[in-house]
Amino acid sequence: MEKPLNNKAWFLVLPVFVLVAFSALLPLMTVVNYAFQDTFGNNQFFWAGTDWFEKLLHSDRFGEALIRQVLFSGLILAIEVPLGIAVALCMPRKGLWVPVCLVLMALPLLIPWNVVGTIWQIFGRVDIGLLGHVLYSLGIDYNYTQDPLSAWITVVVMDVWHWTSLVALLCYAGLQSIPDAFYQAARIDGASRWSVFRHIQLPKMDRVLLIAVLLRFMDSFMIYTEPFVVTGGGPGNSTTFLSIDLVKLAIGQFDLGPAAAMSLIYFLIILLMSWVFYTVMTKQDEQDQNRKTGGGE
Amino acid sequence: MTLDWMAWTWPTALFFIAIAVILITMTVLEVRCPTVARVGVLGLKTTRGDRLFISLLGSAFIHLAWLGLVGSLLWVATLICLVYAACVFRWV
Repeated sequence: MEKPLNNKAWFLVLPVFVLVAFSALLPLMTVVNYAFQDTFGNNQFFWAGTDWFEKLLHSDRFGEALIRQVLFSGLILAIEVPLGIAVALCMPRKGLWVPVCLVLMALPLLIPWNVVGTIWQIFGRVDIGLLGHVLYSLGIDYNYTQDPLSAWITVVVMDVWHWTSLVALLCYAGLQSIPDAFYQAARIDGASRWSVFRHIQLPKMDRVLLIAVLLRFMDSFMIYTEPFVVTGGGPGNSTTFLSIDLVKLAIGQFDLGPAAAMSLIYFLIILLMSWVFYTVMTKQDEQDQNRKTGGGE
Repeated sequence: MTLDWMAWTWPTALFFIAIAVILITMTVLEVRCPTVARVGVLGLKTTRGDRLFISLLGSAFIHLAWLGLVGSLLWVATLICLVYAACVFRWV
């Protein structure tokens, strides 16, 4: 039976089109326009061609910020994903402790970015912060305002503290969807703990893990507020990530042309990575469906 | 309402007009002759729209790479992109 075709449904989508046009398309078009021009304010623009892109692609400052950003995102994924899985595996599956754990895990996610930054900015201070003071008392040379390594550790640990719960909660949702029959079958077969994880839990979590990786990659790749509040991009430029550099360029220096060019390159990188993740996810779906179809025949 | 704040120029306007024309053409094509997804050389199941997206995204990176490595004669990069897009539509 053919589905009835009702084109009136397009009117229901119209508000979203208008909203997206004003919130995304027009600003994006403006950024593209800015990227090829120079301005000294007063709404006067001068054609600059592809100069900003060429300068940016040859600039050490942009290259270093990009490397720092990729390194940060890589570190965040390498730490938060395994840690999130481990936490999810340790969480109780039934009983009174389930809601307690869920609330505790959700708490960091409810705290606004700037508040998280302020908490860690104070927490890590050597003079008044608990962490900084204790580490200093133990003789550890920790000072995030002067030492780049300390600043990196602080920013990474802060992000891990803030966002590992998201990965854990997503993985927990994946784990909860596994029927008990799977575990019973594994017990009958005498499967080890590792085998249960490798052949039952991990495959069942792969979809949520991909979503978790995608979310954490995108979030960490555009991180701004937390490191800005804690270190302000310093010491030196050691924690100046792409977004911080972009704001410095656009608002601090009022170089709107280069900032627009940088935004576009930044946008293209995120678009590429999102497409890669999307492709991997849909390919996984297709493989699952093929397997099911093959099994059913 | 004036659009002065958007700092329009003819080249950027033409770029967006070209994108809009491509999207409208693809929509009309889709209505007249619906796409059939196929698996190409990359092993990905792609529709006509997917191939357009891959072409546009790849073209953006080809232009950026050209600007970073060569700089001048950007039209050569555009020609490379056209060849690349043709290959994507044919084999991906």
